[in-house]
Amino acid sequence: MNSSLERSRKIRTAGVYAFFVIGSIVMIFPFVWMFLTSFKTVEESMIIPPTILPEAYQTKNYTDAMASLPFFALYKNTALMIFWRVVCAVIFSSMAGYAFAKLNFKYKNALFSLVLIQMMLPSQIFITPQYQMLAKVGLTNSIFGLVFPGLVSAFGTFFLRQAYMGIPNEIAEAAYLDGCNQWQSFVKVMAPLTKSSMAALAVFTAVFAYGDLMWPLIVNTDLKMMTLSSGLATLRGQFATNFPVMMAGSLLAMIPMVVLYLFFQKQFIEGVAMTGGK
Amino acid sequence: MASVQLKNVCKKYPNGYEAVKDFNLDIQDKEFIIFVGPSGCGKSTTLRMVAGLEDISSGELIIDGKVMNDVEPKDRDIAMVFQSYALYPHMSVYDNMAFSLKLKKVPKEEIDKKVRDAARILDLEKLLDRKPRALSGGQRQRVAMGRAIVRSPKVFLMDEPLSNLDAKLRGQMRVEISKLHQRLGSTIIYVTHDQTEAMTLGTRIVVMKDGIVQQIDTPQNLYDHPCNKFVAGFIGSPQMNMIAADAVEENGEVVLKFAGQNVVLNENRAKAVKAGGYIGKKVVLGIRPEDIHDGAEALQKFAKSSFDAEIKVYEMLGASALLYFNIEETGWVASVDARTTARTGDKIRLAMDTDKIHIFDYETEKTIVD
Repeated sequence: MNSSLERSRKIRTAGVYAFFVIGSIVMIFPFVWMFLTSFKTVEESMIIPPTILPEAYQTKNYTDAMASLPFFALYKNTALMIFWRVVCAVIFSSMAGYAFAKLNFKYKNALFSLVLIQMMLPSQIFITPQYQMLAKVGLTNSIFGLVFPGLVSAFGTFFLRQAYMGIPNEIAEAAYLDGCNQWQSFVKVMAPLTKSSMAALAVFTAVFAYGDLMWPLIVNTDLKMMTLSSGLATLRGQFATNFPVMMAGSLLAMIPMVVLYLFFQKQFIEGVAMTGGK
Repeated sequence: MASVQLKNVCKKYPNGYEAVKDFNLDIQDKEFIIFVGPSGCGKSTTLRMVAGLEDISSGELIIDGKVMNDVEPKDRDIAMVFQSYALYPHMSVYDNMAFSLKLKKVPKEEIDKKVRDAARILDLEKLLDRKPRALSGGQRQRVAMGRAIVRSPKVFLMDEPLSNLDAKLRGQMRVEISKLHQRLGSTIIYVTHDQTEAMTLGTRIVVMKDGIVQQIDTPQNLYDHPCNKFVAGFIGSPQMNMIAADAVEENGEVVLKFAGQNVVLNENRAKAVKAGGYIGKKVVLGIRPEDIHDGAEALQKFAKSSFDAEIKVYEMLGASALLYFNIEETGWVASVDARTTARTGDKIRLAMDTDKIHIFDYETEKTIVD
């Protein structure tokens, strides 16, 4: 009786492990392929049937990628864009979220509906007006241009509003009685209580900004003002693409995100769990 | 410390709902006032108006002779203890207590002294570095009290501060609050729906129902002389037994008849019933459980107010026993001597203490005589 129970438990555990192993392989394989391809020659990368391990490990692709793209500028632009988008999204969403959750003002619900509508619409439809606005004030090909659509975040506003709604009103009232004005109550009491939600939003904003391709490609056409994602996209030729060089460039572009992940692993996982994106 | 006056205070919400109607109260310095009543009676709303968390729709709130209607909560010199304690979760116990003083820019040494003094009074000295989440319910409650104490306010407001604690802790904290009141000599306004808290803590109790003050009196007076049926039923546990009865005059005596039973009233009660013109009319008879007896001596003494009962449930409480029985469809309870021989299913005779019978007007529910 016991042994059959144990056997079925073992089989179940083995099944679960097999499932996860297959899942991991599916997730990891593209990265391994990218890594291996980055050491192949162009010919070897196109060969059919494909080889898995490169015949000879050659680092030329890396030097080529570094030569064809101003990597230092791309890193800097990407870092600045991520930094400002995260700072702006967290600060402004926090303020807006607090207002929608805890303050009473006219047309609050109507205004919040607007925020929700903005979340529901595909972001592509905002690209043309946003580009026109920037072009008119001559701010294309600038860091501000990259940051601009991320200055405020409808998702962030919604997300932090939920966080503020989870804080009992009595805490704000206690702060009010203790002598806080509205601003002090926000800064000293309410905002610190949403720290974990802010961290989650920061992680999300950073990941999204890092992967954003369309907007950086449109707004900054000067290679020196591009981000990693848009810069890499320029490696694609119209008729032929040097895949090994592109893979080498992609690997180089991945480094900052991997480092960021290693530092903020906890927040990354919390963020995914909190937004229900797991 | 301070006196507080509420003059014709009303609270009307934009949707027309009147939460508090014409509230009048004069609270003396160092009084411990309790607002008590069922849920939704307006007691918390009144407290929040005193705190400044709700606007006063009409009427005046006066603290120490100054009208406070339009004064910001922080400038009213009050401190409030919330039902949920409302501690700041990201601050240590020390910072929670020091927060209001820091905002007032009180010198650091003074803050430290006040916080440590309060911590000593409340036995929180070892917990000052902890965050609220690492505290038990009772400890959190004490921190909430400490946060109020450090401000040395004119008036303490407490909104059901013990309702989140278990029964034993509630009993302990009740004693602590009582001691604190004596020690600080402060004016306290305390909201509760627990009438044990109300009876044990208050110097005076305000009983409210549907936004209207029913009676303001000392605990003893409220218990002995409730002004109407609601107060009589609300104060006291188990609550007062009541039943509708016909008042008739027989052989010069006033008799209350109900469910085939007759209760002859004593002289002063008979006089009041007659004077009020209630003969031939319906009234409500009320009697507290401890004023119903089953002993032979009492049955003899109150023979004219005795009646039959079949015991449905017998509950032994140790010092006394509760006998549950029905009179018509109404459930009654008698609190008798623990040595009673009556048990579930017994048919026995019980007697009401005629000096303790309450009689209420059937229509207006106001007390005729008690």
